[in-house]
Amino acid sequence: MTTMTYEQAMEEFDPVFGIEVHVELNTKTKMFCGCANEFGAEPNTQVCPVCLGLPGAMPVTNEKAVESAIRLGLSLGCSIRESSRFARKNYFYPDLSKDYQISQYDEPTCYEGALDVVLDDGTVVTVGIERAHIEEDAGKNTHVGGSGGIQGADYSLVDYNRGGVPLVEIVTKPITGMGDRTAEVARAYVATIRDIVRALGISDGRMEQGSVRADVNLSLRPKAVAGESQDDIPFGKRSETKNVNSLRAVERAVRYEAARQAVLLLNGEPVIQETRHWHEDTSSTTPGRSKEEAEDYRYFPEPDLLPVEPSREWVEELRATLPEHPAKMRARLREEWGFSDLEMRDAVAADALVLIADTVAAGAAPQAARKWWMGELSRVANDREVELGSLPVTPAAVAELQGLVDSGRINDKLARQVLEGVLAGEGSPAEVVAARGLEVVSDDSALEAAVDEALASQPEVLDKIRDGKVQAAGAIVGAVMKATKGQADAGRVREIILQRAGVEG
Amino acid sequence: MSTLDRSDVARLAALARIDMTDADLDRLSGQLDVILDAVAKVAEVAGEDVPATSHPIPMANVHREDVVRPSLAQEAALSGAPDAQDGRFRVPQILGEEA
Repeated sequence: MTTMTYEQAMEEFDPVFGIEVHVELNTKTKMFCGCANEFGAEPNTQVCPVCLGLPGAMPVTNEKAVESAIRLGLSLGCSIRESSRFARKNYFYPDLSKDYQISQYDEPTCYEGALDVVLDDGTVVTVGIERAHIEEDAGKNTHVGGSGGIQGADYSLVDYNRGGVPLVEIVTKPITGMGDRTAEVARAYVATIRDIVRALGISDGRMEQGSVRADVNLSLRPKAVAGESQDDIPFGKRSETKNVNSLRAVERAVRYEAARQAVLLLNGEPVIQETRHWHEDTSSTTPGRSKEEAEDYRYFPEPDLLPVEPSREWVEELRATLPEHPAKMRARLREEWGFSDLEMRDAVAADALVLIADTVAAGAAPQAARKWWMGELSRVANDREVELGSLPVTPAAVAELQGLVDSGRINDKLARQVLEGVLAGEGSPAEVVAARGLEVVSDDSALEAAVDEALASQPEVLDKIRDGKVQAAGAIVGAVMKATKGQADAGRVREIILQRAGVEG
Repeated sequence: MSTLDRSDVARLAALARIDMTDADLDRLSGQLDVILDAVAKVAEVAGEDVPATSHPIPMANVHREDVVRPSLAQEAALSGAPDAQDGRFRVPQILGEEA
C-alpha cells in the first residue's frame, strides 16, 4: 500500500494529537529590552545590545508582556503560578543571537487549564492545556542561493528585529478520542486560541504574518478490540509538524500526517519520532532533524532575570478584565444578528465571524455584511486559495461599499465591479467609483436618451406594452443596461419606458 | 557520587560546539568529576526543608514598563559582524537543519 486517505487512516487507527501554539504579543516593546516590537521595519533597526546578545547586556522583563501572558492563561482556564522563573534553552542557530533562548521550563507562569472548543456543528470539545509559558522569539533567516530554501543555500542573512519579541507558547495535553474529527478539532482549537488573543487585544492574531503559529504533534495507535480499553493502548511514535501557519493548513497537516503514518504502520514500517516541515504549496510534510539526537537543550534557570511572582490581587484584577469567551460571543452575535443556525455555522466555518462583526461595527447591516463576506469575497478567497481575512479588503471598506449600494449610488452589479477594484488595490470603494466612473446613472435626460435609442430599434415593444404585455419592457431595460454597462438605475429605466408607452407603472 | 565518563564529556563538548582532542577529554572528565563531587556535597547538607535555589537574592518582580527606547542604528548593529549584506548579518551556509 502506498497511499491512503485520511478517512481510511481513521478507520484503521486511533489518533492522538497535541498542538503547540506560539502567540506573538503586541506589546510596544520586546520581552527583555526597550526595542520596538513592530512588524515590517528595515532589517536590524529594532535591535540593541540585549536582543543582539552582546556581552554584558542585561535583560529586564516587560511588565505588560507578563500581564498579557497572565490574562491569556486565565482565559485558558490555567492556574497562575505564585512564583515562576525564566530558563535558558541552549541551542545554536543563527537566528538566535545569544545561542540560547530565554524561555520558561519547570516553572511556567500559566499551567493546567482547559479550553472549550466549539466545532462547526455545535459540538463542544474540552481541550486540556498543559502550560502557557513566556519566551522570546528568534530573528529571521533569509537563505540565499540554491532554490531559496535552506538546502543548497550558499549562505544566509539574519535580521534580528523579531529577536526578543515576546511570545506565549501554549501547549495542550494529548488530545484523544476524536477519531475522524481530529483534523476539525485541531483547526477549531487554533481558531479559538486566535479568537481569544484577538478578543484580549494582546496579539494581532494574524496567522499569515506569523503572529499566531502552530506546531502539530500527531501519532496513531491501534484501535481497541472488543474487551480492550482504548486508554490502555500506549501512544504511538509521534511526528511534530512545524510552521503550520494557517487554519486551513492545520487541518491539512493533520490529514496528511495521519494518512502518511497509517501507510507506514500498515506496511509494518516504523514511524520515526521527528520534526517535520509543512509545505503550504504541496500540502505535505518533509522530515527535518530527528528528535533524539538534536534535542538536548540543557535548560537551566536564567540567572540574569528574577522570578515573576504576581500577587493574587493582581491576578484577580486581571481576571476581571477578561472578555467574553468566543463561544459565548458566537451565541450572542447569532441572537443580535438574527442569523439562522446554518448562516452562523457557515460564517464560523469560513472564519468570517470577526470580519462580519467588524463590518457591522463599521455601519453595515448584519445580513448585508454576511452576504459580502460569504458570497463574493468567499468566492475570491477560494479562487486565490487564501483565507478570507487575508484578502486585501478591510471590513470598513466592505461597510463603505454597502453604504454606496444603500444610498443608491451604485447597484449590486456595479458594487461587484467596485469590489474588484478595491481588491486590485485601486483604493477605497468611493475612490474606485470615482476612478472607474461606476456610478448608477439616474440622470433622467441620459436615461431617456438611452431608452429612446433602444426603442428606435425595437418599436414594436411599445405596442406590446399598450396591449397589456408589460413584461415586454424587459427587452428595453436589458438593452439600456447593456448600453450603459450596467450603470443605469433599472427601476427608473422601466418607469421611463412605461411613460413612453403612455402606461402608468 | 557523581560520575562523568569520557563519552559524557565528549557529548557535552559536541552540544556546546567545542572541539576537543582525546587528551582534552581525558583531562577534563577527571576535572569535571571533581567539580560535580563538590556540588554533590552541598546536596548532602541540604535537607528536605531547603528548596533548590536558583536566585540567591530574595527579590522578584523587577519589571520594565512597556516604553520604547532608542535602538541601535543598523550600521552600529552590524559594526561588529564579521560579514553583512543588505542590512543583515551574513552567516555561512546552515547545514543539516531547516529553518
